Amino acid sequence: MPSLNDPAFLRGMTQSRFGRRDALRLSGLSAVAMALAACGVEGTGKTAASAPAPDAVAKFWAGKKGTGKLDFANWPLYMDPKQPELKKFTAATGVTVNYQEVIEEMAPWFAKVQPQLAANQSIGYDLMVITNGIQFKQFVDSGFLAPLDHSKLPNYVANAAPAYANESFDKGNVYTVPFTSGISGIAYDPAKTKRPITKLADLWDPAFKGKVGMFSDTQELGNFGMLVLGIDPADSTPEDWKRAAAKLKEQKDAGILRRYYDQSYIEAIGNGEVWITQAWSGDIFQKNVSDGTNLQFVIPEEGGTLWTDNFAIPITASNPVDALTLIDFFYQVDIAAELAEYISFVCPVPAAQQKIRDDAAKATGDDQKSLAAIAESPLVFPVEADYSKLHYYRDFKTAAEQQEYQSTFEPIVLG
Amino acid sequence: MSRFRVSGGGVLRAYTWLIIAWLALPVLVMILFGFNDTPGRYNQSWQGFTFKWYGRLFELNDLTKALWVSLGVAVVTMLVAGALGTAIGYALGRYRFRGSGTVNLVLFATMSSPELVMGASLLTLFVSTGVGLGVVTIAIAHIMFSISFVAVVVRARVLTLDRSVEEAAADLGANPWTTFWKITFPIILPAVFSGMMLAFALSIDDFVVTNFTAGTTTTFPLWIWGATRIGLPPQVNVMGTLIFAVGVLIAVVSSVRARPRRAA
Amino acid sequence: MSRGKRLLAPYFLILPGGVWLLLFFIVPMITMLSLSLQQGDVVSGYVFTGHWQTYVDAIVDYKTQLIRSLIYGAIATILLIVVAFPVAYWIAFYAGRRKATFLFLLLLPFFVSFVLRTISWRQILTDEGFLLGPLKDAGLLSAGFHILGTPAAVIGGLVYNFLPFMVLPVYVALERIDPRVVEAARDLYATPLTAFRKVILPLALPGVFAGVLMTFVPASSDYVNSAVLGSSSTTMIGQVIQAQYLTSSNYPTASALSFLLMAVLLIGVFAYARALGTEDVMKVAAR
Repeated sequence: MPSLNDPAFLRGMTQSRFGRRDALRLSGLSAVAMALAACGVEGTGKTAASAPAPDAVAKFWAGKKGTGKLDFANWPLYMDPKQPELKKFTAATGVTVNYQEVIEEMAPWFAKVQPQLAANQSIGYDLMVITNGIQFKQFVDSGFLAPLDHSKLPNYVANAAPAYANESFDKGNVYTVPFTSGISGIAYDPAKTKRPITKLADLWDPAFKGKVGMFSDTQELGNFGMLVLGIDPADSTPEDWKRAAAKLKEQKDAGILRRYYDQSYIEAIGNGEVWITQAWSGDIFQKNVSDGTNLQFVIPEEGGTLWTDNFAIPITASNPVDALTLIDFFYQVDIAAELAEYISFVCPVPAAQQKIRDDAAKATGDDQKSLAAIAESPLVFPVEADYSKLHYYRDFKTAAEQQEYQSTFEPIVLG
Repeated sequence: MSRFRVSGGGVLRAYTWLIIAWLALPVLVMILFGFNDTPGRYNQSWQGFTFKWYGRLFELNDLTKALWVSLGVAVVTMLVAGALGTAIGYALGRYRFRGSGTVNLVLFATMSSPELVMGASLLTLFVSTGVGLGVVTIAIAHIMFSISFVAVVVRARVLTLDRSVEEAAADLGANPWTTFWKITFPIILPAVFSGMMLAFALSIDDFVVTNFTAGTTTTFPLWIWGATRIGLPPQVNVMGTLIFAVGVLIAVVSSVRARPRRAA
Repeated sequence: MSRGKRLLAPYFLILPGGVWLLLFFIVPMITMLSLSLQQGDVVSGYVFTGHWQTYVDAIVDYKTQLIRSLIYGAIATILLIVVAFPVAYWIAFYAGRRKATFLFLLLLPFFVSFVLRTISWRQILTDEGFLLGPLKDAGLLSAGFHILGTPAAVIGGLVYNFLPFMVLPVYVALERIDPRVVEAARDLYATPLTAFRKVILPLALPGVFAGVLMTFVPASSDYVNSAVLGSSSTTMIGQVIQAQYLTSSNYPTASALSFLLMAVLLIGVFAYARALGTEDVMKVAAR
């Protein structure tokens, strides 16, 4: 660090130079105009998705070998911090996994990796978990995801719930298979709210002024804005979006909203910054177990959102073969059960339910109670009837439609 | 100097100490919570004193990796920006030439441009040329904004250089190359060194520009930023404390050495 | 060295650094300007069409944040002058041989990464933290009271983080004041207050102006303080720009906003430098 006694240093730091000639110099920008037109950004895909070429799978996987290690990017609160499933994987296959909880929200994740994937550069991860939604479609349309080789996924084929193969966002599971599903609802601290919460309208209750949290993700936020007005997101129109946006703006302008959150909402409700917030189902149970809080989660009467987080392999992954092996490992019934027991999100393997019941029967005391509760919970193993109140994110046919949706809701979050 | 002391020197002294304390408060909190006996990442409430985190400093692999990336980039920045900036600073201080005004203007612009705009524009460059993002683009960015700081420091020193020493060397038959390396450079070396230290400090602490040019690579400030959502582990406090201590040590040592020697 | 070579020496010296700055400072500004006039989306790419409507839309959507940023920056700068001046004054005139020590103490906290310092402030100021918690328990503050999320917290953060950039230039200016000038004023029967007002203050102004230059621009374009200490009602234009680039991948709007911000600040700096006359600033610097 330069000595503060040194007048030269101080002079250097405080010097500034300016003059008329300099101002005129700056205005000589005509050459710049020509350069402007020469720039452009190459896109890597088309927004109207086309089916992948039939030999895409063979082409991608040809010649690829296992390397004995892989880097796995995931969301927080999607695995026991002791990582028992990964340890079992390493014991069974000898492949080491570097697990990083670096994904907090879909939009920033896509924006972060897009320049590297567009430049055909590795993003440092071989496996990632991405939510179905706008960015999922952008990943697929940009050609950033590797097509999966189902011949190497026997556990998936055998154990996954059949409904997942028909999901509209990835029919036939060409690029992804589910990691878990989840429900967006309301979480609240009964000690602070002093009454049970059952409706979306409660998020607009002035009694909770300054203590309400909402998601900053435009799809999550928009959905709740529409559902509270009784609009079904699946067939919503731009006018509906504007009405929902106005309703959300009301919530903000009246001072009821404290802040828009990403994953960090769980910290905020844990330390009392908010009393009631939009939330993801499993997070709350994990928080109660790890920090001893007494938070409650509820699917609102007007409806909640159902989404699926999916395993995906980026096209520039250096260790895709090991990534594929790990994906299949998670579809072993005992592993799927162990994961669901900790994260308490919707399990894609129906047979795990019986396994959890068996585990509950063998356990005692509090463990037995919580395992039994998980086995029967509609938040982990929903049945047909449970789906009636749940809605998906709005699907967009064109990029223009999607941009209109985002520009309706973004100013609310950013303003 | 005592002739124009405004009355109330005591009040001003107290005020100055208050400001110093206010500035130091978050640093003290940071150092303190590096000793917190907390079970894990939830480092919000005080739970008892312990040294254990100093032993478990490198437990979090990605944090350690981020620290190494930061240090590596800072060293490269210090060396490259140090060289490029010294050359510019020397040229501006020593010579009068056409175009020096433009160069000065560009230096001023780099120093006073908002970091946000510099980072964002670099992102647009890298996206338009399709080169991707990573350690290389981070280093490029850091070197870019450090050059002007080094140049300004060196220029200020070179401006006050006593030419007579150089002239004496020339009179004794030395060519300009020899004169520079044997006479001038040792004299301006402290300023060059100051500039390099400045570049190192700017690089290791940079957040805004790095945020735009890093992609999935993480540096120490970026790691901290990302981790605040889940909770900062005590290792961050410990690393911050250690970096702080090292910085203070270097500053104290260099200013002790810079003190003029007493006449024998 | 031949005369020709000597003439070329400075150009060779500035060449490497100059090229670096050209490639990575000037050219990016051009690509940013170009991108702001392009259309498309992040998947299928962008094409230059000269579509300047983006600027209009950007201003309409985000003018609140832009104005708010300039206001926060201005308030922070004024507060900085008020807070920094007495400190610089005391160190310059009263600290005697310990001047360097005090300056060092002042700068000490800035050896810690500024992200870490700002986050530390958030920890200190949390709603139920060790500062506000006990005060609330004692009934001195209402349960709903919070500092975080208010403009005060954001501006406080800005003042905190940019204090050295104001103290140092003011200190340099004050330190250079020739004592004989003040003596002369006193000899002419000026009271201490008058001497301060008519002699010291004007001589210190170039330092203040230099400080303003070094704080207003970064303060107005800052986004870390608002992101860590603020809420959605304190969103600054820096956060909007960052979000448009790094969350929405909406490069044209992001670039338009970025360019607008730079233009506004540049014009401000130009006008400011012309208004006060550049010679004053240079005189302080050259001495």
